[in-house]
Amino acid sequence: MNSSVLNKDQILSWLHEIPDPEIPVISIVELGVIRDLTFNDNTLEVTITPTYSGCPAMKQMEEDVIKKLNEKGFSKININTVYEPAWTTDWISAEARLKLQNYGIAPPEGSRDKTALMGEPKSVTCPRCKSKNSEMVSQFGSTACKALYKCKDCLEVFDYFKCI
Amino acid sequence: MNELVFKYLLRISDSGLILAQRISAWTGHGPFLEEDLALTNIALDLFGRSRSLLDYAGNLEGKGRSEDELAFFRNERHYYNHLICEQPNGDYAQTMLRQAFVDAFELLLYTELSKSKDQTLAAIAAKSVKEITYHKRHSFSWVKRFGNGTQESFTRLQNAFHELWPYTGDMFEPIEGETDLVKNGFVPDLQKIKTDWEKIIKDLLEECNIRLPENVYMHSGSAKALHTEHLGFILAEMQSLPRAYPEAKW
Repeated sequence: MNSSVLNKDQILSWLHEIPDPEIPVISIVELGVIRDLTFNDNTLEVTITPTYSGCPAMKQMEEDVIKKLNEKGFSKININTVYEPAWTTDWISAEARLKLQNYGIAPPEGSRDKTALMGEPKSVTCPRCKSKNSEMVSQFGSTACKALYKCKDCLEVFDYFKCI
Repeated sequence: MNELVFKYLLRISDSGLILAQRISAWTGHGPFLEEDLALTNIALDLFGRSRSLLDYAGNLEGKGRSEDELAFFRNERHYYNHLICEQPNGDYAQTMLRQAFVDAFELLLYTELSKSKDQTLAAIAAKSVKEITYHKRHSFSWVKRFGNGTQESFTRLQNAFHELWPYTGDMFEPIEGETDLVKNGFVPDLQKIKTDWEKIIKDLLEECNIRLPENVYMHSGSAKALHTEHLGFILAEMQSLPRAYPEAKW
């Protein structure tokens, strides 16, 4: 693609087609890891930020972005990783939170500021039966971004997207 | 100045890397599944942070060394990790107490580093603070559980304390020239961190009925890349594959 005029919305909608490698119901755009798009000397620069420092899915996301943009006709793509501002669950949209819940993952409750003051909520809404009667089993779940909870009503264990 | 920042970056990234290597040895051997996952996740955070720091260190050094080259092709005398990070896992009480000592230190250190005049370091630190907050909550709750559980769990915590305490002083040893970094607003003064750390740890251990001893001999040396006998074995295992097959690609 040789157009020097960057249509960010168009590119974002393409990137929106890329699912999170570990939580395929939300896209990497909804997750909030895509921070900026710029065009320099025919190179499309995609700025991304990692969710967690050690998130093993970041490499996969980079490869997926390059593959998708190659398909759309961009040959020169540069992935630029930034740490500032640090990723926060506040960037996950309301729509994406609903998708997480329907998928069986309790979305982050409240905002980061509240969590920083009060710690994680004692009870998280069970994504299956919607009961608030739940307890934390482990602060660390199946991936870096999640904790493990158990519903005391339907007795299912479920993942909770930690609020950071 | 760059050379000094480079060395400081090695000191903090090596500490995370070696501790991550240590705790990842629990993978598949945790006391139960949830703890297995917890430790694996914590190790992952530490590896990730060390990667970011080593990558930045390599850029500053300007000799084209990548994060992998810095991790896998330096020997003991070029590693600056704190002595406590290389101490054996022991039992679970020892692993958790070591983690609590380090988590409390890192939370204080990285909170200060997030205000560093070096913007890259500040950004990596700000991100790490969020993660370390979780690590500390986890390790502190385990230490309290051991301290207030059964006679057996208390005895194990007490033994772990005697084993590890003499290695805690080493965390507060600055590298040569660190005062210049402090003066320039790059890094915090370790003496101030030490005062806060001692208070936090004293409170934690009081809850566990362990009293801090006075005037204990403290090991030191890691600021000059002098280590206990354990580091060589850790590196031998960690580096064997890349050293045997230097061109291997993941």
